[in-house]
Amino acid sequence: FFFILFFRSGDDGPDIYKGKICSLKARALLIDMEEGVVNEILQGPLRDVFDGKQLITDVSGSGNNWAVGHKLYGYQYRENIVEKLRKIAEHCDCLQCFFIIHSMGGGTGSGLGTFVLNLLEDEFPEVYRFVTSVYPSGEDDVITSPYNSVLAMKELNEHADCVLPIENESLFDIVNKINQMIHSGKLGSTVKQNSMITSSAGSAKTVQEKPFDAMNNIVANLLLNLTSSARFEGSLNMDLNEISMNLVPFPRLHYLVSSLTPLYTLADVNVPSRRLDQMFSDAFSRDHQLIQADPKHCLYLACALLVRGNVQVSDLRRNIERLKPSLHFVSWNQEGWKTGLCSVPPVGHSHSLLALANNTCVKPTFIELKDRFMKLYKKKAHLHHYLHIDGMEQSCFSEAILSLSDLIEEYNELDATKAGLRTDPPRLKIAV
Amino acid sequence: MSIVTVQLGQCGNQIGHEVFNAICSDVRGTHGLCSKKENESYHDACKERFFSEEESEVPVARAVLVDMEPKVISQTLSIAARSGYWKYGDRSYFCQKQGSGNNWANGYSVLGPRHKEVIMNLVQKEAEKCDRLGGFFTIMSMAGGTGSGLGAFVTQCLRDTFPTSFILNHVIWPYGTGEVIVQNYNSVLTLSHLYQSSDALLVHENDVIHKICAQLMNIKQISFRDVNQVIAHQLGSVFQPTYTGEGSVRYSRNPLGDLVETLVPHPEFKMLGLRNIPQMPENSLAYSTFSWPGLIKHLRQMLIANAKMEEGIDWQVRPPRLGSSIPASHSTNKPLRFNTSVANLVILRGKDVHSIDLGSFQDPSLYTSWLTPQDAFNAWKTPRAFNKYEKSASLVSNSQFLLKPLDNVVGKAWNMFASKAYIHQYTKFGIEEEDFLDSFTALEQVISSYTFL
Repeated sequence: FFFILFFRSGDDGPDIYKGKICSLKARALLIDMEEGVVNEILQGPLRDVFDGKQLITDVSGSGNNWAVGHKLYGYQYRENIVEKLRKIAEHCDCLQCFFIIHSMGGGTGSGLGTFVLNLLEDEFPEVYRFVTSVYPSGEDDVITSPYNSVLAMKELNEHADCVLPIENESLFDIVNKINQMIHSGKLGSTVKQNSMITSSAGSAKTVQEKPFDAMNNIVANLLLNLTSSARFEGSLNMDLNEISMNLVPFPRLHYLVSSLTPLYTLADVNVPSRRLDQMFSDAFSRDHQLIQADPKHCLYLACALLVRGNVQVSDLRRNIERLKPSLHFVSWNQEGWKTGLCSVPPVGHSHSLLALANNTCVKPTFIELKDRFMKLYKKKAHLHHYLHIDGMEQSCFSEAILSLSDLIEEYNELDATKAGLRTDPPRLKIAV
Repeated sequence: MSIVTVQLGQCGNQIGHEVFNAICSDVRGTHGLCSKKENESYHDACKERFFSEEESEVPVARAVLVDMEPKVISQTLSIAARSGYWKYGDRSYFCQKQGSGNNWANGYSVLGPRHKEVIMNLVQKEAEKCDRLGGFFTIMSMAGGTGSGLGAFVTQCLRDTFPTSFILNHVIWPYGTGEVIVQNYNSVLTLSHLYQSSDALLVHENDVIHKICAQLMNIKQISFRDVNQVIAHQLGSVFQPTYTGEGSVRYSRNPLGDLVETLVPHPEFKMLGLRNIPQMPENSLAYSTFSWPGLIKHLRQMLIANAKMEEGIDWQVRPPRLGSSIPASHSTNKPLRFNTSVANLVILRGKDVHSIDLGSFQDPSLYTSWLTPQDAFNAWKTPRAFNKYEKSASLVSNSQFLLKPLDNVVGKAWNMFASKAYIHQYTKFGIEEEDFLDSFTALEQVISSYTFL
């Protein structure tokens, strides 16, 4: 069943023949309102993995306009999308989860992407919706990205089970760190080629021509690690629905900071247990996070550690004990750790760790987003591009910013508890 | 009489497998240190209890495996079969694909009712294979979703379907720090529900077993497999055949019933703790010798000082002086660290077992006032050594052993409940705030009862 989760058997021939994947098809639906990217995939090395019928494209794109993506194309392609989703779902014995992968700043990923999110909730209400969202940075060259992001945030608030925000800046920093390591020429330390978190198997280049390839591979590794326990055996399995259950204490607080280690493996170094502990420390260092945030100085609501490879429960416990004192957990979740042990490490590593934190450190990111939105909105800049789309009204904007403000306020209330004195609520009294 | 084991969830299945392994390996072993006839009796009694002889080359465990995801069961079945010495029934399992998501409500209110018929059919089939059904032994963890939630539901079904059978739940108490964030909620819901349908709860705490692995077994990188093997050894030391009465000539045929009747005189007191000594790495066994008086002395002090293992026992703790009138509801005269018992059972296996003096366990000051020591204390013995230990002594105790852990779990769960965190995850599946309150109330009652022993 290892492949079954992400692939289904193709129509003819064996799945794998002589070590090469023959007719497995990805359980995926590719959607883009312009053709360039999808075409590239279909002509690239993975062309056989994607079923030509499982895509929806158009020609002109969404013009970086959430309204175009959500209201215009959403309405236009609704039936088509539902039909294709149903077909894919029919091939599943047991459909557990949807992964939505998109960016927040543009038009299609942001607008049509969140439209699809809504649709999934309507059509498949019991299936979990995990969203990997690339958030725009401050220097984003798309002027309207704050509008698009905030409009999309409202949808994420209301319809996603779990969101893993990603920032390009963090991915870029990780890529640079690896490149520095490779080129530093430290004696005796060579990086194993296929172990880099930025490399995809078969890519022998040390310098990525397209920086986005390396950065995207990091996100791919995130999803691989997230699902490793569902795909491989281990002594303490952690399924996707467990992630949602343990890391989301209140419905809207479902934004998780992710960090991955290791970034690479040195080829010629033995791995004593000290290095294992280093892996745990790294997971809590900002260098390994996929968004710019400072969890150590904010409040943890919950934290999950998904370990892969030859790591046992005693290693887990030792490191949790070691790291706990430097982290602030909310008063009602002082021991808020969810752990998983998967026996099979990623390719090229002996072990790896994915940390997912529900932490109030996402608040600054959202506040910044709100500020950038307000800067544009106060001047009504570019608003007309949105409002002239059918179905789009001023209230969409005001509701969206309200949703974001409410979310920020929820985080504020939790942060306020950090300073206060902890008094345990009195227990129930029983008549003796 | 035969025991049907129900393995629930990842924990239940992983442990169950180690238990059958330990039992089988013990029976096969050549370290019985007793007469051939004795050995054969033991072998037969064990077989009847745990295995059925079908048209198969190897004994088939009397077990039903249940899990809401397939990987663990698949592994468990194949590893058992590969051993060549025993296996599980080819069709004695039920699994789904999605797991329970660590959600007690999902396990109890949704998955339980949905799959009740299939699961109970499997149990019924297994029960029918027994000439005489001695009862059910369920293995589960409290922390997750399947073992805990579905396990509580299945226990209820067992009680409804087999109203006169004995049901013993083996419950794994999770590590204090995080295996599962909602583990305290799941634990409170599980314990309160089990209390209604089960005859007794036999508890193993992960933290305790972990310490045993670290300090007594000298294991450097402790895995769950190590922990499970220690647990399996301890369970084997309780459930392998013994003579339960003075002058018995046959191995007891009703282990579960004997255990429950011996240890649970009152339905308010069902929490059983387990201690087993000695415990050491296998390669040290050959170099160690123990005396029964020494083992008994240690075990008794472990009881009254509430020691979790045989290292670091507090020898300062002494039973209170009798003669002062201590009404049952005011135990303030007793030294705070003293562990008061409702009932105790000592199980002794090995050489010269019949000459042991157990008077120290019959000291009335160990017990509450409402049972005589003759009723409160029992001993089971066999000269047949267990699992390569020349002498092995186990204590199953209905006492304040689990009071502090229980109080901790309820306290943490209550703290979280006060903030309403995660409650929406449970109400989504039909467990409401009132259900939580009922569970809290039930457990505060149990805590109170044990506190004022």
